[in-house]
Amino acid sequence: MDELRILSPTAILGYGFPMDSFNRGMKRHPHVIAVDGGSTDPGPYYLGAGVSFTDRNAVKRDLEIMISAGVEEDIPIIIGTAGGCGGEPHLQWNVDIVKEIAKQKGLTFKMAVIHAEIPNEVVIREMKKGKVIPLHPAPELTQHDVEETVRIVAQMGVEPFIEAIDKGAQVIIAARAYDPAVFAALAVEKGYDMGLALHMGKILECASIAATPGSGSDCMMGYLGEDCFRVEPLNPKRKCTTLSVAAHTLYEKNNPYILPGPGGVLDLNETNFEQETDRAVKVSGSKFIPSEKYTLKLEGAKKIGYRTVSIAGVRDPVMINGIDNIIESVKQSIEDNFKDSLSDYFLDFKVYGKNAVMGPLESNTCTNAYELGIVIEAVAETQEIANTICGFARSTMLHFGYEGRISTAGNLAFPYSPSDFKAGEVYEFSMYHIIEVEDAKELFPVEIMMSLEVGDYENKAD
Amino acid sequence: MRIRLTDIAEVIRSKNAGPYQLTLDIIFKESDTFLKVCKAKVINKKLITGLYGVTEDKVINIFEFKPAKAIKVTLARTIPSGSLGDTDVYGAQQHAPLLALELYI
Repeated sequence: MDELRILSPTAILGYGFPMDSFNRGMKRHPHVIAVDGGSTDPGPYYLGAGVSFTDRNAVKRDLEIMISAGVEEDIPIIIGTAGGCGGEPHLQWNVDIVKEIAKQKGLTFKMAVIHAEIPNEVVIREMKKGKVIPLHPAPELTQHDVEETVRIVAQMGVEPFIEAIDKGAQVIIAARAYDPAVFAALAVEKGYDMGLALHMGKILECASIAATPGSGSDCMMGYLGEDCFRVEPLNPKRKCTTLSVAAHTLYEKNNPYILPGPGGVLDLNETNFEQETDRAVKVSGSKFIPSEKYTLKLEGAKKIGYRTVSIAGVRDPVMINGIDNIIESVKQSIEDNFKDSLSDYFLDFKVYGKNAVMGPLESNTCTNAYELGIVIEAVAETQEIANTICGFARSTMLHFGYEGRISTAGNLAFPYSPSDFKAGEVYEFSMYHIIEVEDAKELFPVEIMMSLEVGDYENKAD
Repeated sequence: MRIRLTDIAEVIRSKNAGPYQLTLDIIFKESDTFLKVCKAKVINKKLITGLYGVTEDKVINIFEFKPAKAIKVTLARTIPSGSLGDTDVYGAQQHAPLLALELYI
């Protein structure tokens, strides 16, 4: 079996990469260029609001380089979790960028667009059949929870990508995907071992993060053989060591030995990491164990209101000493004022310099800080109510007559005018579940199109 | 022997493992100290509940991962990532209590 070479330019589409590293990768004649664009790390807002957490210009820059090089070499370019979260608006945003590049560069290629947003009714129907199960410690779902969810995506495995490859797509833009899938799809299509292909994908998905020194903005190359794979960074100042690669296997996972994914688990109990050259690591023994029933991961977010925040500092030692009591009194004052009219709001004070970073997990109970940063946050059903609660809390705290007060002109130092910021819509994750399906592809329609439309050709002719 | 974790660990970090879990990685410098720490079972549920002020049921698992000379601890988040009241959306700054840790091995 010939070696299959996979180029991973960057950890997330839009994070960038040095041209030198990329060109070095292209000289090794990769069979595919792949990037996964997403993560749930930036929180629920981006999924719920349908907005990318990566910048459009940065994504366009990365894609332009990848597509131009890939089309020239006639190899596929595969993007997963388009737009950061892989919902329908994220996907269309990314497809628009690809079309813009094609138009500007006059590139004609067959493109596959793979969808992954799941209608709420489908989840409700399957939930009633007992086919939707929470991933511990996410809560059990009720029908009401699903109805409130504004966007649900499922993580596709390699199968929809294989369909797109078989249909001759040169550029594949997929919505939410299991991160390793974009790297493993061509390999699995060509008959390479699924366990090795997926494990290599797990490492390549973060590009050079698995090297040392690590970077999410630099290229990594994967070489897949019959019974092992190798990974090597493309920047000579980095290297892969058995430790850097093995350590990456831990990253963002709760169990380093068993990694569940679409249709089964990646079992690393027998995995062996060997230092092959000074800069390359050889990995063998990783196995894919298909599960009895094919399951996929669902992610969903619901809108819970609107947020306003105010930022201020405190330097007065008397105020710093009494800060907990002062905050309680301010909260009480808001409640007294609005209990009849605006009862439903969330008001929180984050006190930086005290326990704002770890909150309930903080074991330090006192502060030695000589100054504190305070973020006052209000979340309510409308932006207007959030503004009211935040503004009232801010003005109450500014002039609050606490015990032992010497400074009677004002309690807060505001770095900005205006002091309050409308942060807009607020979302929460409402779904982190698995769904059982009959067919790995049933939730992921593959749409085939050309990069240039008829009108584009006409414009080009002008 | 009493030893500071920061003296024997190369990496101490925290991160989300999905929106509902927080995972702590301790990657040791040397195999023998890693093996000693594993053998002494000093990084255990009781230690973690003490450091983080959570009940034992919030400690989902503790793994020893030999290929990386690492111990991994996963906790249920008290508040899911980005939900009201959360303080660390990425979960990237929850490792600090481990930095002050002293172990008897």
